[in-house]
Amino acid sequence: MPSIAIIDYEAGNLTSVLRAVRFLGFQAAVTQDPEVILAADKVIFPGVGAAGAAMADLKRLDLDEVLLRIRDQGTPLLGICLGTQIIFDFSEEDGGTVCLGLLPGRTRRFPPDLSENGEKLKIPHMGWNRVSLAKDHPVFRNVSPDQEFYFVHSYYPAPADTSHVIGRTDYGLSFASVVGQGSLVAVQFHPEKSGGPGLNILKNFCNWDGRYA
Amino acid sequence: MLSRRIIPCLDVRDGKLTKGVKFKGNVDIGDPVETARIYYEEGADELVFYDITASSDRRDILIDVVRRTAENIFIPFSVGGGIRTLEDMRRVLLAGAEKVSVNSAAIRNPRIIGEGAQAFGSQCIVLGMDVLKVPRTPRIPSGYEIVIDGGRRPTGIDALWWAKEGERLGAGEICLNSIDADGTKEGYELNLTRLISTNVNIPVIASGGAGRPEHLLAALTEAKADAALIASITHYGEYTIGELKEYLRRHKVKVRETW
Repeated sequence: MPSIAIIDYEAGNLTSVLRAVRFLGFQAAVTQDPEVILAADKVIFPGVGAAGAAMADLKRLDLDEVLLRIRDQGTPLLGICLGTQIIFDFSEEDGGTVCLGLLPGRTRRFPPDLSENGEKLKIPHMGWNRVSLAKDHPVFRNVSPDQEFYFVHSYYPAPADTSHVIGRTDYGLSFASVVGQGSLVAVQFHPEKSGGPGLNILKNFCNWDGRYA
Repeated sequence: MLSRRIIPCLDVRDGKLTKGVKFKGNVDIGDPVETARIYYEEGADELVFYDITASSDRRDILIDVVRRTAENIFIPFSVGGGIRTLEDMRRVLLAGAEKVSVNSAAIRNPRIIGEGAQAFGSQCIVLGMDVLKVPRTPRIPSGYEIVIDGGRRPTGIDALWWAKEGERLGAGEICLNSIDADGTKEGYELNLTRLISTNVNIPVIASGGAGRPEHLLAALTEAKADAALIASITHYGEYTIGELKEYLRRHKVKVRETW
């Protein structure tokens, strides 16, 4: 039974991720202890809130270094929502925030004049939207190639290297809603709030060995 | 493209599911946790629990309902009714809710919206508005007035002004309930819904009056609502969520495919 560490950096609702992973029968803990995180079989990096405060909290808790080591040692790492946005080099949020740099690219704000088929779109992007898979990934095994998931966000991932894009979503513009490289995979939506398909992704991740061609 | 959301609302009194008409004459109709699970499996996109428990010393019962619900359903749900303080918000969020809805408390203390958004993020804070149609006056130019305390107390506050003010203060979404339409099953208040939805840049959930599938269609198309709250239309088994979505899909409204 793999042990799952859910990183607690005091950003948002971590209990829902914990509940979902436990519901699936995995052993999981919400923790900010670097030793526990580094020893875990899989690491989930969730988060709700703003990039600036999140980076400050991560640094204060020395978790920015821990996340780099997790990536370097090849432990499967799942970013969710804000967790996904701050794995890039930089976020436009909070007047510009230098982020973790686990993947090249930046997190950008949806433009205020966003529209689709002539209709003005609201921000945040809140609700269920389709993820079109650009390529296969073990974490999306048995997930329909255009399944809908639950999103809530005002900023979106813009990876510098298109080979890191695993899935895309349209909301006035097309953005990378799933990115990954090696043992790192990150989703902009909330798998813990996306019903059966979301649980499927969490289950696949918890069973994943971190290998991805 | 974003799907329009269908959101069943579960009124809870002393831990039991209940439903009234125009906020009066509530009768108990079932177990909220079990009903939530059924709606989850039928393909509800989100759920709302509204606590109408009269006495505050029985609020722990609702927290228990929230906790038991969160163990089994994995879609977003919000909790409203009697949320007055940051501590009230924290308790329901920790019990597993995704969002909290503030209504009367936000009128009495508008700062709670910003404080909640600061502490938990705007996406957590839903501004609940109970609205009554009134003659237009200089004080209520939109002709829609905010009422509080379960629809009993008029406030003299214009609904359109309050919706914009709520957005400015940090609310992430508006749940817009027409007291005139609530429980009548005669359709949503479309003019009110369109007025609010086209004048704010945050999502608006239409609430009150859904009795037939075409009511949802009208709210989500002509009235521009982002989501439709339902209760009576499905609580008594008249329609399933699947049937409502099928109807909307046939009429070119994008709704989430049920897995």
